[in-house]
Amino acid sequence: MACIEARGLRKAYDTTVALGGVDLRVEEGRILGLVGPNGAGKTTALNAILGLTPYQGELNVLGRDPWSERDQLMRDVCFIADVAVLPRWIRVSQALDYVAGVHPRFDRAKAEGFLAKTTIRRSSKVRELSKGMVTQLHLALVMAIDAKLLVLDEPTLGLDILYRKQFYDSLLNDYFDRNRTIVVATHQVEEIQNVLTDVMFIDRGRIVFDRSMEEVESRYVEVVVHPEKAAAARALQPMHERQVLGRSILLFDRVDGQQLAALGDVRTPSIADLFVAVMENQACRAQGVAR
Amino acid sequence: MNAESNAIPGSPIESQVIAPAVMPAARPMYWSVRRELWENRSIYIAPLAVAAVFLFGFLISTIHLPGKMRAASALDPMRQHELIAQPYLIASGLMMLTTLVVGVFYCLDALYGERRDRSILFWKSLPVSDLTTVLSKAITPVVILPLVTFAITVVMQWIMLLVSTAVLLGSGLSVTTLWAHGSLFQTWLMLLYHLLTVHGLWYAPIYGWLLLVSAWARRVPFLWAGLPLLAIGVVEKIAFNTTHFGTMLANRMIGGGGGGDFMTGSLSMDPLMHFTPGEFLISPGLWIGLAVAAAFLAAAVRLRRSQGPI
Repeated sequence: MACIEARGLRKAYDTTVALGGVDLRVEEGRILGLVGPNGAGKTTALNAILGLTPYQGELNVLGRDPWSERDQLMRDVCFIADVAVLPRWIRVSQALDYVAGVHPRFDRAKAEGFLAKTTIRRSSKVRELSKGMVTQLHLALVMAIDAKLLVLDEPTLGLDILYRKQFYDSLLNDYFDRNRTIVVATHQVEEIQNVLTDVMFIDRGRIVFDRSMEEVESRYVEVVVHPEKAAAARALQPMHERQVLGRSILLFDRVDGQQLAALGDVRTPSIADLFVAVMENQACRAQGVAR
Repeated sequence: MNAESNAIPGSPIESQVIAPAVMPAARPMYWSVRRELWENRSIYIAPLAVAAVFLFGFLISTIHLPGKMRAASALDPMRQHELIAQPYLIASGLMMLTTLVVGVFYCLDALYGERRDRSILFWKSLPVSDLTTVLSKAITPVVILPLVTFAITVVMQWIMLLVSTAVLLGSGLSVTTLWAHGSLFQTWLMLLYHLLTVHGLWYAPIYGWLLLVSAWARRVPFLWAGLPLLAIGVVEKIAFNTTHFGTMLANRMIGGGGGGDFMTGSLSMDPLMHFTPGEFLISPGLWIGLAVAAAFLAAAVRLRRSQGPI
């Protein structure tokens, strides 16, 4: 069963179109990275999935319609919508009490266990904690919920590198298993690259790239081209070219590896490089249409 | 649905299968109301503070108590009763005024504060419906706050009576007049009746309106709560030279239905004269008010559903 399934998902604010007919399908047990520039529609898409905003089109999350059944859906879905959305007045012990009180799938002992690994005191108020500690607390609450889908929207924005690394480490080691699905939207692509099983690029309200990581690794090749072979390399129709320290780096889609190895140093592109390439091609295409 | 999650290591299978079924519907409501009390400590701190200040003033005033009692003994029983019961009535009135002020400020912030500090995103990530949330925020000023005030007032008036008794005994006077006219039990009954009928039922549309404004306003909910009402009154006055809207609001604010005269002090003549629950319950004003309150709350639920952080 697909965890999330959308067909023709549309959402327009007064004058701008945030989502222009998105089709997407996320299978159970995947870790999907949703990457896009600011204002591309990432948050709108996630809000629709979480039942926070009305939409047009078809959307099905764990067999439910998020907009009309948000409270039911939240038994099986967790989300961290942003850093620092925990109310500042709440005490750590109260947060535990409250979630344990309203959530049928919350395992308090588990949350206490996660908190024991941190320096967070039960009697502290959220306003007294550092930004990193607030994220740790939120993650401890969320990971103690036996949910089927976890949605994270920029969960580590503004945190230092130690907390960011720790965040994804605990998520992978202590939380993820093949029955759960995780959707992460973030700008910091490099950090989650190794975590993901799938990646999606979103641009101007449309999904412009949707591949599994295996596909990415098998299809895309980046070549640091020897200068004398640049012309030969360009003849193979790279999808993108950039210059780094006077050398051309060309990105190829579905071109024979043997052939490319002869042109220079071959490597798998990073998601960030792939993202830039896809986005620039999108921009060119958009200009082409405009002309 | 549950069968899929059985494989999760370290989680007992039974709890996953049974847990959703054993969560009674009332639990989210119970915890939501508790949550309101955690967040809004003014619900009990403000009445406590007012009670403490009043008690302090009362303690000082007991210096004159023996003299006052001697003077009272010369008066006719009616005047005597008025004189002795007066501080207790003032105490009740003050506490009810505090309740109203706390309730108003509570409601204006209830659905606005969570959007302003973005915590609405956390609350909405939990399986609590918007209806439960809005109702919990309506129950707080309508039920919880009056009961808290009642408890504090009872304790406060007990202390007043005990202190008075101690002072009178200390100066060798009889306490029978005081205990006969203090009639605390009657005062408490009236107070509870007033709190439940006026604060609980008669004021419901006021609290409903304030909650609606706090769910809707993107800034300064306080102004949005007051200015439209003022505007309607002014327009009515200019257009028709009438003041029906203003009269209606004033009637709503100072009571009307049942026991509303309590605050104006006329109660001191005979408390039980105003104790007319039957009349109150059949007054159309009550039921129209409750219907309006329900409509306001329904609109607030709808708004909360689509509102995000501001």
